[in-house]
Amino acid sequence: MSDPVIETQGLTKRYGDVVAVDGLNLRLQAGEVFGLLGPNGSGKTTTILMILGLTEPTAGTARVLGYDPLRHPLQVKRRVGYLPDSVGFYDELTARENLRYTARLNGIDRAEADRLIDQVMDRMGLRDVVDRPVGTFSRGMRQRLGLGEVLMKRAQIAILDEPTVGLDPEAAHEFLGMIRGLKADGITVLLSSHLLHQVQAVCDRVGLFRNGKMVLEGTFEALSEKVLGGSYRINVEARRDGLERLLGSVPGVVRVTPIRGGRYLLEASRDCRSEVARRVVGEGGELLELTFERVSLDDVYARYFQEARGEA
Amino acid sequence: MKREGSPWTGLWAVVLKEYADHLSSVRMRILEGLILVVAVATVYAAAQSLRQTVGEDPFIYLKLLTTSQDPLPSFVAFMGFLIPLTGIALAFDAVNGEYNRRTMSRLLAQPIYRDAVLMGKFLAGLLTMATTLLGLWLLVTGLGILRLGVIPEAREVGRGLFFLLATLAYGGVWMALAMLFSVTYRQPATSAMATLAVWLFFAVFWEIVVRLLSNVAALVLMRGGTENELALIQIQLFLSRLSPNTLYSETVLALLNPDVRALGPVLITQLEGAVRGTMLPLWQSLVLAWPQFTALIAAVILLFAYAYILFQRQEVRA
Repeated sequence: MSDPVIETQGLTKRYGDVVAVDGLNLRLQAGEVFGLLGPNGSGKTTTILMILGLTEPTAGTARVLGYDPLRHPLQVKRRVGYLPDSVGFYDELTARENLRYTARLNGIDRAEADRLIDQVMDRMGLRDVVDRPVGTFSRGMRQRLGLGEVLMKRAQIAILDEPTVGLDPEAAHEFLGMIRGLKADGITVLLSSHLLHQVQAVCDRVGLFRNGKMVLEGTFEALSEKVLGGSYRINVEARRDGLERLLGSVPGVVRVTPIRGGRYLLEASRDCRSEVARRVVGEGGELLELTFERVSLDDVYARYFQEARGEA
Repeated sequence: MKREGSPWTGLWAVVLKEYADHLSSVRMRILEGLILVVAVATVYAAAQSLRQTVGEDPFIYLKLLTTSQDPLPSFVAFMGFLIPLTGIALAFDAVNGEYNRRTMSRLLAQPIYRDAVLMGKFLAGLLTMATTLLGLWLLVTGLGILRLGVIPEAREVGRGLFFLLATLAYGGVWMALAMLFSVTYRQPATSAMATLAVWLFFAVFWEIVVRLLSNVAALVLMRGGTENELALIQIQLFLSRLSPNTLYSETVLALLNPDVRALGPVLITQLEGAVRGTMLPLWQSLVLAWPQFTALIAAVILLFAYAYILFQRQEVRA
């Protein structure tokens, strides 16, 4: 396996008594899309700022492409594109002027900058408005302009903080497509969000944040396996109570939750509908309904925090 | 811990962007318009009264700046008001404005240090003020040539340029203070009001405070002759010079009036052998104004350094 592009060890940030990030160990491989998931205030943005070297960690280290963001912030920031949470631009300047400023800060010369700006604005679908003041832009356009900026500086890593918050569904969908485009370009993406289904749609791996700690990490399948025991759900309506034991003995079923009126919710690690049907009918039950769904990250998330609250 | 790379990376990019912003901002256009009107009015009025004595005065172009014609105060007096305002207008939202527009984190995520941001903004402000002042001075001189019909001499030009430098330093004090408040307060309106409050305090109330304090001192030093009286004046002068306004007006007084020989009390014995009515050469006037001039520059540096330290330590998150 190649060296990780982002690696943190015991990364910790305290603001007075408040621990924003607590002993974070994170590894991102080149080319993957990683989602930081968690409620607001769980330390996602602080983690991002430490990776960029914009905030000093209280303890622990971070490495980005082999550089320490504290000692070599310029090297890191040259290679990492950052789209902050609700990104802002200079409203009175046009999109082109805004990007030209960024280009100059990155040491890109004027002619090259103009060529790159046309290229990325084309890709972001902003070509027609490139000479309009950003003040007239919608939120979705600003987000795309921010992503264009990341592309323009030819970042190897893109860090996107809550990129789809406040976008209408269509714009969000479009934006997610653009994030997939980054992956196709070989750019490593670190994405933070609390919008689970969107994370599920684009991320290869996710890390679940809670009170500054990354409590779960892995691919979506691995997470649902861990939290729910399986990534499939089967609804059974048999018009008979007391079938828990029978259903629980079906191979692949991890958990059975009875619901009133002879209904059961099964969680399973694989699709075992036919076996369930056979057993219900064999036991003389009336099988009225047998539906099947894949669980979503929402379920994993909800279940996890439900259990965590129960323990507390 | 040692950082790699120059803290000035990207400095020019910031300076040029901010300079362009200032020159095209509505705020600066309003102020420049105001200054222009004031300059033309005061200088025109001064020229009107100076026309009678053109031949007699060797420093007529300096008189153009300092002569007041009822009901208008002199050009210099007006500048004492308008320059602090310009300085404040240029910097009161320098840092908190970036936060409010949510551009700060994006800006700092570019390969530059924070040093370049603050320094760039300050230099751009100074550059804007210098441009305005130079343009203004050329305009005034041009108006003088038209109205008075004489060409300014080198010594007048020299004094004029030093006057510009002193004015720049004075404006720099208020700009640095506004920048400091723009780092400490998150609302531009708050930082603007705070800076204006400090300015008003020094412009209006400081003289009153000085008078009150020297009255107290007078009670203590009541008995005794000339020496105590002199000590009292010294105390009063010292207190008064804690205000940048006093420092500026004394610097300007020395630079624009070659016949001014002292900025403090002069004893009659010190005047022994002095040739009355003679003018000091430029470098002697400079020596006279030097403490005040350097104090102004020191104030700029101190205020800016403090803003710099606060900004470096500030968390990027609101």
